[in-house]
Amino acid sequence: MANLTLVQAINLALVQEMEKDERVMILGEDVGLNGGVFRVTEGLFNRFGGDRVIDTPLAESGIIGTSIGLAMSGQRPVPEIQFEGFLGPAYDQICSHAARMRTRTRSAFTVPMTIRVPVGGGIHAPELHSDSPEAIYAHQPGLKVVMPASPYDAKGLLISAIRDPDPVIFFEPKRIYRAFREEVPEDEYTVPIGKARTVCEGEELTIVSWGASVVQCMQAIERSNDSIELIDLRTIYPIDMDAIEASVKKTGRCVIVHEAPRTSGFGAEIATQIMERCFLHLEAPIQRVAGFDTIMPYYKLETEYLPDADRIEKAINEIRAY
Amino acid sequence: MPITKALETHIDHISILDEHGSFDEALGKDLIPDEDLLKLYQHMVICRKLDEIAFKLQRSGRMGTFPQNMGQEATSLGAAYMLDDTDWMVTCYRENCGLFWRGLPMEKILQHWMGDERGNQIDREHYCTPIAVPIGTQMLHATGLAWGAKYRGESQIACTFFGDGATSEGDFHEAMNFAANLDIPVVFFCQNNQWAISVPTSIQCSAPTVAQRGMAYGVECLQCDGNDIFAVAWCMKKAIDSARNHNRPVFIEAVTYRLGDHTTADDARRYRDDEEVALWQSRDPLKRMRAFLEGKGMWNDAQQVELDEHAEATVTAAVERAESIETPSRDDIFNWTFADIPEQIATQRDTMRTTSIGQDPSQIASEQATTKA
Repeated sequence: MANLTLVQAINLALVQEMEKDERVMILGEDVGLNGGVFRVTEGLFNRFGGDRVIDTPLAESGIIGTSIGLAMSGQRPVPEIQFEGFLGPAYDQICSHAARMRTRTRSAFTVPMTIRVPVGGGIHAPELHSDSPEAIYAHQPGLKVVMPASPYDAKGLLISAIRDPDPVIFFEPKRIYRAFREEVPEDEYTVPIGKARTVCEGEELTIVSWGASVVQCMQAIERSNDSIELIDLRTIYPIDMDAIEASVKKTGRCVIVHEAPRTSGFGAEIATQIMERCFLHLEAPIQRVAGFDTIMPYYKLETEYLPDADRIEKAINEIRAY
Repeated sequence: MPITKALETHIDHISILDEHGSFDEALGKDLIPDEDLLKLYQHMVICRKLDEIAFKLQRSGRMGTFPQNMGQEATSLGAAYMLDDTDWMVTCYRENCGLFWRGLPMEKILQHWMGDERGNQIDREHYCTPIAVPIGTQMLHATGLAWGAKYRGESQIACTFFGDGATSEGDFHEAMNFAANLDIPVVFFCQNNQWAISVPTSIQCSAPTVAQRGMAYGVECLQCDGNDIFAVAWCMKKAIDSARNHNRPVFIEAVTYRLGDHTTADDARRYRDDEEVALWQSRDPLKRMRAFLEGKGMWNDAQQVELDEHAEATVTAAVERAESIETPSRDDIFNWTFADIPEQIATQRDTMRTTSIGQDPSQIASEQATTKA
């Protein structure tokens, strides 16, 4: 057991999976000697060599397109896209090929690939380095979308993703890359894709969140006198609605918190499904504390944009008073 | 300082059997044995027959949109002939002739265009990837496939096919750049058929050749007469050696012509001249091959009649097989989305509903109540 940051936990997962499975290859921009701009792949180049940890040309579509070919050939590629803002050039390869390959070939060809992508705001980064596009990819059938909120889950979920027979987008909330440490077992373990985690139990209100926002949710909960249950989704798709349903049927009130813009954010899907499943149990309208429906601002205003404990606390108080 | 030349280069154009029947003995000798020539010619005739019959199937409502391959048979066939059976062929949709040579059953291609995904369910032993639709994206997959083989120390290479229009797409350039800089054994095979639906090659590329696009990436480039199967084979031999033995990609521009419409949904008369089509009809790879074989005393009219009948029967049988395949199960819409189908997709499959009340068995009672009311 070691006390690790989220970055270290991901690094450990990569090391262990690469040692275990020779098919695993890492490719991307600056992932080699430099160890990635966030140092997630630090040490891997020296440990596993340039055939397995590959600095590619600067081309996101190329990184994903060749990873698709590698996966079709029997490898287990783990490509890195340096920031979520640069997923755009790879969108066609992700959605037109990776997501569809199993369906359109009736499993003759599959794409077991894990795309690692740092995601979200809050680190004073330049523009296009702070977005939250998870709902875009959750909307594409054939993709799994994962976003851990803790070092322990990051390691276990990444191992699950690498072993998954289908393409997974593994979003890494960069705001909590080094924000805190957690005990992470050295031993191999997995956290299943598609299962939410109850961070704390409560009776009066359910908060559903994922990624870095989970931290802000905990801050708001600690300030509150109410009995609040916090669900960290961990996997965006496939969603663990059973966990949310059980909680909301118990509490009757739900606040959904995410960094992405509110309109068509994944919170909209969750709110709809809560309404479908828990209609007669609801005591108040479901509330969404989300990013605004604007372009993510440059960093001077990013804390105004991102849901923080104050905004979450307001939502808690309003929904409790309803 | 005097101005010096940073780069001086040229691109070879290869032609061995031209449309007038001239044959370059020096280049063409021993390239393709006579018995194989006959097989290749017969194969092209069968493939041309598929175009003819598929067109009628589409017009009579028995098949959806179909892209004819006619005029371009020598390109993919020459490539497939020279490749090893375990080299990847990563194709677009005008490579039927090469795919059939590889052993892909004709009904698979028919099934694809008849709207059935099972047409893409290709046995691994064929080493053919399914038809790529988006234009210009599959070259990256070829690069990854060849990369995987190289990583594992296998001698397998990949050959990927695309049109002149696809060389305008970014992925084409990214694939060449990856393959060149990371030493990945890929043959990039451009079928420059002069037209991307209605847009001529000049809008895709204003340089004298499409081939020279590879030069920018340090890839060896060749141009050949794509209607000359000998020239295609000559280029492929060189490219395969470079890829397999030196991990160096090669770009081949095979100059050919799309004799038919883009697809059955297109009418090429709207945008191109009859004279141009007539000129290219005189360069038809089938006519050229037949004249060559006749000149060598290897072919005659009686054999042609017999071959035409055989082609008709072969294609008709494939159509019958394709049409006799039962419509896929409705569940197939759902069952291939993931290896393990998520619960919500399974529920949609089992209920054929997306409405929550209809999906939740515990709420069925209230649905019945609604129906009665």
